[in-house]
Amino acid sequence: MVPLSYYLVLSGILFACGVTGFLIKRNIITIFMSIELMLNGVNLSFVAFAAQWHALSGQIFVFFVMVVAAAESAVGLAIIIAVYRTRETLNVDRINLLKL
Amino acid sequence: MSIGTFILVSIIKIVVALGVLLTAVAYTVWLERKVVGHIQNRWGPTRVGPFGLLQPLADGVKFIFKEDLIPPHAYKPLFIAAPMIALIFALTSISVIPIGNWITVFGIHTPLEITDVNIGLLIVLGITSLGVYGVALAGWSSNSKYSLLGGLRASAQMVSYEISLGLSLVGVLILASSFSLRDIVDAQAGTYWGFIPRWNIFQGQFIAFFIYLMAAYAETNRIPFDLPEAETELVAGYHTEYSAMKFAMFFMAEYANMITVACLATLLFLGGWHGPHRFGPPIVQAILPVFWFAVKIFAFLFLYIWVRGTLPRFRYDQLMAFGWKFLLPLAIANLVITALIVALRA
Amino acid sequence: MLHLLVFSVFGLVCVAGAVNLLVQRHPINSALSLVVVMGSLAVEYLLLGAEFVAAVQVIVYAGAIMVLFVFVIMLLNAGEEERTKGSRVAMLFGIPGMLIGSVLVAWVLLEHSGTGNVATGALPGPPKVIGWLLFHDFLLPFEVTSVLVLIAIMGAVVLASHPGSTQQDKREG
Repeated sequence: MVPLSYYLVLSGILFACGVTGFLIKRNIITIFMSIELMLNGVNLSFVAFAAQWHALSGQIFVFFVMVVAAAESAVGLAIIIAVYRTRETLNVDRINLLKL
Repeated sequence: MSIGTFILVSIIKIVVALGVLLTAVAYTVWLERKVVGHIQNRWGPTRVGPFGLLQPLADGVKFIFKEDLIPPHAYKPLFIAAPMIALIFALTSISVIPIGNWITVFGIHTPLEITDVNIGLLIVLGITSLGVYGVALAGWSSNSKYSLLGGLRASAQMVSYEISLGLSLVGVLILASSFSLRDIVDAQAGTYWGFIPRWNIFQGQFIAFFIYLMAAYAETNRIPFDLPEAETELVAGYHTEYSAMKFAMFFMAEYANMITVACLATLLFLGGWHGPHRFGPPIVQAILPVFWFAVKIFAFLFLYIWVRGTLPRFRYDQLMAFGWKFLLPLAIANLVITALIVALRA
Repeated sequence: MLHLLVFSVFGLVCVAGAVNLLVQRHPINSALSLVVVMGSLAVEYLLLGAEFVAAVQVIVYAGAIMVLFVFVIMLLNAGEEERTKGSRVAMLFGIPGMLIGSVLVAWVLLEHSGTGNVATGALPGPPKVIGWLLFHDFLLPFEVTSVLVLIAIMGAVVLASHPGSTQQDKREG
């Protein structure tokens, strides 16, 4: 028997690590991975609350979050490849001008 | 069963399963060399032991004593970890594969598998998906153009054919209404008219069996889909820069994957451990299902090796076009037709 | 007791993976730590009884999305990160800020833990029931996500293709 708040604290820690990664990292791909980490933290919250309130719609929502994350990764990585082709760098600090 | 007994029984089962699997891997290599040799009108290994039966032992000793090279600018942590990742995932999927009924030994009633989970099929699919990492990381960390190209091609091929593999199994799931491998086999018990067994392959999943067969050949990187590791194409693909024990780990992982795929095909399409009428004293009756299971796996592996010796290999664009433009629509069509028939019958 | 032990072990693995993602300078190490995080999260889902969600997490998230990330890192030959002025400022303010924020949130959650306990396998989510819900109560979101995935496929193919390659085929063919 684990208190629900433990699951929520773990979810919060993962989300905080995701936000920290988004703020401090300078490589586009790593920033994207921090977004995935945030989504995973939220998924854990959903499943924990679903278990607590005995509502399976929590687990269904995790399903939809995963599908949306998959679609977003595919398009985001394609955009990253297109940006790399023109700018030749993956460092966000160097991709700061609208004109090449 | 108390938790101590449970852990002890599980450890014994794990040790036995790993021992049997690794021996089976070694002797599958022997079987392949003999059968391909005979197909090509030569003997295969004959010198080391009678019929070359000790050849795997000699190969193991050779691999242990070979020099272990690491290329100069390779990314060392991943270079050393990639074969381990490939082997770990290849060996893990044996844990949910049942090989027989429940047996009672010394008063302990236990199933003949390491665990019985009710999502067993999904676990095997998940572990297959994770096996792509070994290949991709090996190709990249070797810091060599042949390895990188071979690794990218192999992982793209494995990811593409995973979809057809999964979809071809959904027809079986619809017929059995459960993800648990034991339930799927139990749904194939019995016979029609006394002699045609109720295997899924005879219950309409014939096309699904062939889709599974082709997707399995592509997943395990075997001929006719072995472009990523063919000598004439990419030197040796993703395991070009590997030598000695690391190469042996990749080798073992490939054959362990073959055996896992053969086990899955037996469980899902060929009726698992059900065979003709049981006979004999109770001790034989407990072992007989395992014997039928082994016979079916042997037949599937023989088919694998036979195809290896006979067919030429696909070019890479032919391979990908086949997977996406032919197998995937066929698998979806099989799924729709199976679902329609089951819904109309109910 | 065993529940708490397994939860703590895999929770620690999750947090270690997440911190390793931040600490590592090469993106491939960050990607592999994220795979470890996803694997241990799958175990946490199993502890809560969500077996289908755990299997889908491994198959889809760890086995497909992260493979895509590793692919792109290998294709673009991403190297180690460089420290710019912006990143130093961000680290100076960001890390303490997030630490304070997460400690605050954790304290609030643990203080007011009147939300009760969760047993092992509290809400079993067998694939049958989830399938039923997906096709009856949640049919519209299900169909809309299928359209979304189709759009994503087309978008990814168009965005990542070589510029001008489609015109070349038209000229030659």
